[in-house]
Amino acid sequence: MNPYPVTTIQILAIVVSFLLLLGLFLLIRKKKLREEYSLLWIAIFSVFLFFSLFRGSIDYLSRWLGIHYQPAALFLILIACLFLLSFHFSIIISELKTKINKLVTTVALLEEKLEHAAGNTPSGEKKKSEES
Amino acid sequence: MKYLVGIPAYNEEKNIASIIAEVKKNLPHSLIAVLNDGSTDHTAEILKSIPDIIVIRHPFNEGIGAAVRTIFHYFLESDCDFLVRIDGDGQHPPQQADLLLEPLRKKEADIVIGSRFLEKRGYQSSKTRLGGIKLLNILSSLILKQKITDNTSGFRAYDRKAVAALHNDYPLDYPEPVEVYHLSRKGLVIKEVSVTMRERQGGLSSIGTLESYYYLVKVLLTILVHFLIGGKK
Repeated sequence: MNPYPVTTIQILAIVVSFLLLLGLFLLIRKKKLREEYSLLWIAIFSVFLFFSLFRGSIDYLSRWLGIHYQPAALFLILIACLFLLSFHFSIIISELKTKINKLVTTVALLEEKLEHAAGNTPSGEKKKSEES
Repeated sequence: MKYLVGIPAYNEEKNIASIIAEVKKNLPHSLIAVLNDGSTDHTAEILKSIPDIIVIRHPFNEGIGAAVRTIFHYFLESDCDFLVRIDGDGQHPPQQADLLLEPLRKKEADIVIGSRFLEKRGYQSSKTRLGGIKLLNILSSLILKQKITDNTSGFRAYDRKAVAALHNDYPLDYPEPVEVYHLSRKGLVIKEVSVTMRERQGGLSSIGTLESYYYLVKVLLTILVHFLIGGKK
């Protein structure tokens, strides 16, 4: 006999995981989510789907890790996924910050050049910077 | 010899006009570039009314490091030989800028730092900050094998080599302590001269008490990662 009879919560978990994955693909198709930032989400939702489909895998995993209380293994997986995502976001934010700063410098210098060319800046920089 | 005086300013409506006037008086042949780092007060209007200065504007506040970095880029595009950084809060007296430029003119150094602690004159710092400042100085001196007495001072002068070495990879906030490590790694010469600083003339400091701890921890992390355990060259 199947040691893991199908329960309502399992069906619910499968459906929700599946819907999350589907939603993700729809968002990518509508270009609301860039592919490079959705790969990690796809991986995580696939893990959810895998564990909802094969309930025995949680038992197997916790035995292998030496965890006696199976739900703890589930939380471990969840927390690991959230950690990964947070790191991923921190890296992206840092990259964006660096890029924004480069843009700010470029825009600031361009703006100064433009105003200078338009004659709005009162000084001729060459005139002022004479030999001293 | 052409000088660029770079003045980073963020919400300095109370100080900026008098600082610029002092610079004009004391360094009459220099080019003055004020970087308005996204000020939300009347700094922009005041700057507009002052003739013979270059105003560069950040669209929003990016931090002192970012402000100095833009000044670096402007300096490298200009034909100036030396850059002096004088902060817009009035702590760095422009009449002492020439003390910083002197070693550069004699080619004795690539960067000259104006130190409050070399002869312990003038405004030192608030008590809460002094501990952190001392720690950074001791650490810097150990790593660089050269005595650095005021590595948090922003009153500095650079030659083109020093700016070229710094302009690409520069911290967005609190950049001063990290500079010397980059420079010494590239074999550039660092020199300190004694200066007398003033307490800020008006307005608010950009660093509160909590931020000064964040400042210290962040700088220590940078030093640890980049300069003690290898890091990227």
